[in-house]
Amino acid sequence: MGIVKAVQLAFEYIRRDEEGNVEGITRAIDGVNLEIEEGQFIAVLGHNGSGKSTLAKHINALLHPTEGTVYVEGMDVREADKVWEIRQRAGMVFQNPDNQIIGQVVEEDVGFGPENLGVETKTIWERVEESLRAVGMYEFRKHSPNKLSGGQKQRVSIAGVIAMHPKCIILDEPTAMLDPNGRKEVIRAAKALNQVEGITIILITHYMEEVIHADYVYVMDQGKVVMKGKPKEIFSRVEELRKLRLDVPQVTQLAHELRKEGLDIPEGILTKEELVEAVKKIK
Amino acid sequence: MSLILENVSHIYGEDTDMVVAALKEVNLEIPDGQFIGLIGHTGSGKSTLIQHLNGLLQPTKGTIYFNGQDINEKSYNRKELRSKVGLVFQYPEHQLFEVTVFQDVCFGPKNLGLEQKEVEMRAYKALKQAGVKEELFYHSPFDLSGGQKRRVAIAGVLAMEPQVLILDEPTAGLDPAGRDEILGQIKKLQKETKITVILVSHSMEDVAEYVDRIIVMNRGEVLFDDMPKEVFKEYKKLEEVGLAAPQVTYIMNSFIKEGFLTSSEATTIQEAKEEILSFLKKKKG
Repeated sequence: MGIVKAVQLAFEYIRRDEEGNVEGITRAIDGVNLEIEEGQFIAVLGHNGSGKSTLAKHINALLHPTEGTVYVEGMDVREADKVWEIRQRAGMVFQNPDNQIIGQVVEEDVGFGPENLGVETKTIWERVEESLRAVGMYEFRKHSPNKLSGGQKQRVSIAGVIAMHPKCIILDEPTAMLDPNGRKEVIRAAKALNQVEGITIILITHYMEEVIHADYVYVMDQGKVVMKGKPKEIFSRVEELRKLRLDVPQVTQLAHELRKEGLDIPEGILTKEELVEAVKKIK
Repeated sequence: MSLILENVSHIYGEDTDMVVAALKEVNLEIPDGQFIGLIGHTGSGKSTLIQHLNGLLQPTKGTIYFNGQDINEKSYNRKELRSKVGLVFQYPEHQLFEVTVFQDVCFGPKNLGLEQKEVEMRAYKALKQAGVKEELFYHSPFDLSGGQKRRVAIAGVLAMEPQVLILDEPTAGLDPAGRDEILGQIKKLQKETKITVILVSHSMEDVAEYVDRIIVMNRGEVLFDDMPKEVFKEYKKLEEVGLAAPQVTYIMNSFIKEGFLTSSEATTIQEAKEEILSFLKKKKG
């Protein structure tokens, strides 16, 4: 079984008006099946309200399924006594770095997680060091988190998760609030953790160019997985993605526009090198 | 009618150990009707700068003129200034509070002391301009989607009928279609009403697509101030200060490197497409 497996997962919540009367039921997740293998880099796309974050919150047991379930390393998220173990295996990083950092000093912040797991003090410091090195923030270990840039703060948040030795990290729009450099830093850190440490990454994002190196891309709409494939396959479907309120990377878009003008260029171009090659071939 | 900044400096924590110069000798002229992109890495001074434009912060040195008057003079009516220079903060939907969408947008103009009828007319118009559908007017703002909430918050500022509209990352966290819709709406509004728009953004692609002029901030100073195609030519310098050019710029550079094009001024997909097509045509013909 894969490291994360969702089976017929559904999540409903009740909408209430001002007085608390029931107005209706929203089915935020509607029968999702997916299986993620250990060591994969997975991207999840979808418009606002498509159910991406709700899905993510099931993977580390922040939400309880209405129907179906999610297994993390074979553990059922519905089992109350497994919750802590699941959260340690599947760590989560959110959009706003300022909401996730609690320590006065970077290294204290990173040590918070393992400390709560009851890890021995000496081991905590070892983990803090290796985690900060993994995200390239070791030299900032004595700094105050307040003085860091957004990208640096977000990398500290990621280090805080790594220090708990997770098998899988779920990043929910980690770059939405960052400048171009900060975005690059965070994506680079996520890729390195995946490639060097073999940590499974699940990246939720609205930036299409961040997912071109993913192993698989899932696209969500109305609580369902409506597309699944390699980035090349997914981004070949420009018009469909548009209808789902999504986009493609600029290079893919340019290739698509040139193709519409009658040029012989394949769909699903993901890098500028591919595009240059394709245009060169045109006689 | 314009905004002029003359040698504006802002120093936080002066006379303490924590002294930080957030703005250093900034000189800018912002005439009416421009669509300006303000870019810079986190901490470059963008937010400090925009808070000076409607008097939320006062310069520690230098002067800011709005329509010829020093906005930090004691006798200057800063309340009026704030209705003329409207500021939409990051995640403005966090500031929604009223029972209905319509009432929320009425709040600003009501505080200007306008008659009820005028208040309602303005709210109606602003909601339309921000692209909020009429059927949502009497819903609770908290029941709306993220993109809709953000439009309502923008409408709240538009109802003040500002001459200058400043938006601090209005598309953060929105899906691609939501980004295009909001920026498209703002562009349309700017064209129709000729107001000045200052867009603070971290998306170089959005900036390239929508604005006429880019101001780049770095370490509290203005690094570049020019048309997008000129600013993005300096992509190496932009990278040094934590920014980048739109992806299109890099794509066109690859074409140049391969000897395909000799130069490129494209900063948008449309422009890039035209350059490539015209090159291919020449090659054929």
